[in-house]
Amino acid sequence: MEEENQIKLHGMWGSTFTKRVELALKLKGIPYEYIEEDLSNKSQLVLKYNPVHKKVPVLVHNGKPIIESLIILEYIDETWKNAPRLLPDDPYERAKVLFWASFLHQQLFEDMGRVITSDGEAQEKATKDLFEKLTILEEGMKEFFPGGTPSINGENMGLLDILMYALFGPYKAHEEVLEMKTIDPERNPLLFSWVMALTELPVVKESTPPHEKLVALVQFIRENALQSCVA
Amino acid sequence: MAEEVKLIGMWGSPFSRRVEIALKLKGVQYEYIDVDLTNKSPLLLKSNPVHKKVPVLLHNGKPIAESLVILEYIDETWKANPILPQHPYDRAMARFWAKYIDEKCLPALWNACWCEKKDREKAVEEGNVCLKTLENELKDKKFFGGESIGFVDIAANFIGFWVGVLEDVVGVELLTIDKFPILCKWRDEYVGCSVIKENLPSKEKLGAYFRTRVESASQSK
Repeated sequence: MEEENQIKLHGMWGSTFTKRVELALKLKGIPYEYIEEDLSNKSQLVLKYNPVHKKVPVLVHNGKPIIESLIILEYIDETWKNAPRLLPDDPYERAKVLFWASFLHQQLFEDMGRVITSDGEAQEKATKDLFEKLTILEEGMKEFFPGGTPSINGENMGLLDILMYALFGPYKAHEEVLEMKTIDPERNPLLFSWVMALTELPVVKESTPPHEKLVALVQFIRENALQSCVA
Repeated sequence: MAEEVKLIGMWGSPFSRRVEIALKLKGVQYEYIDVDLTNKSPLLLKSNPVHKKVPVLLHNGKPIAESLVILEYIDETWKANPILPQHPYDRAMARFWAKYIDEKCLPALWNACWCEKKDREKAVEEGNVCLKTLENELKDKKFFGGESIGFVDIAANFIGFWVGVLEDVVGVELLTIDKFPILCKWRDEYVGCSVIKENLPSKEKLGAYFRTRVESASQSK
């Protein structure tokens, strides 16, 4: 049947949430059709599949939509049980990963967003919050990387690797636009070496947009946000 | 091997009560440790150093934090009376609605109760949008989980009970039967369930707790 195992991903090329899902599908070797969405003019399909939030990414599996990137990642892991497993099988190890996933996804991501979209005193505070959270994350991740520098390959990438890449993969673009380091080998040696290890992987490299395009996007987001504050 | 289950919680916290509902549903024996949130115990600070919040479940000494993460952990560890559905798609839907409740509904409803009077009308409107969305999702089901309480119903405990208490204390109308007949019917069924009824704080005690907050807020102005 044509509908059998039909996977479509509605996304946006610069969206880190979309990136997470793409990476998971690629890691698991799941063939899919990618549909690029214009966020200023969303397709009828996106509005139909995600009436509550009207956002991408939306994964459509045999016509059924799944939304919210973290939930999509869990769905992918539960539906396609081949390696790499994105989450551990052991309930306690799984709970630890979900705890840190929530920390990365909600707290760090929000702080990063604030740093990018503010200036002056507000940006200083947001940057302070970000650095404090990065210190907490650095400490927390020591348990996951007891040997120090992470050794990751396409076979053992998991949920936290995907989230870390989605957040800090564009670090060079952030640095260029913000004229400061968000992630620093001296301040966060473990996290920095983790991001370096991730960005070197072939499966990650092929999912990474060109640097100039990312810089332009971050610049656009920042200018838009700052202008709307003034207005 | 003796199993040791402890729950660090706070009597008035809906997040804490979610975990108790799940443990009771599954017949898990546990020791409950109530915490004074204005004077957090060393045990809480050691068990949840990142957020320093309740609830924290301690299973044979291992801490698990974040109520929805704890619920999933409980469901995977004790298999009686499943909370989440079996099929990955249904599980994704349940997670979506629980997340919607936590990230959108609770902040909107909480804000509608505690914001400045000049902002109240707009805040109530935002709360109403969330409630309407949940009302539409419930449709003709008895519970979000179907015939019996599930993951989303447990996550919605704030709406099932805390909202009513806040409405009385603060004097705001949120979950009204004319606007949300289906959700009100759900609420009545929900608090009628023995596992829910037995795991709610006393209405009087919770009301008094919120009342002191109202009074201290008006005094500080």
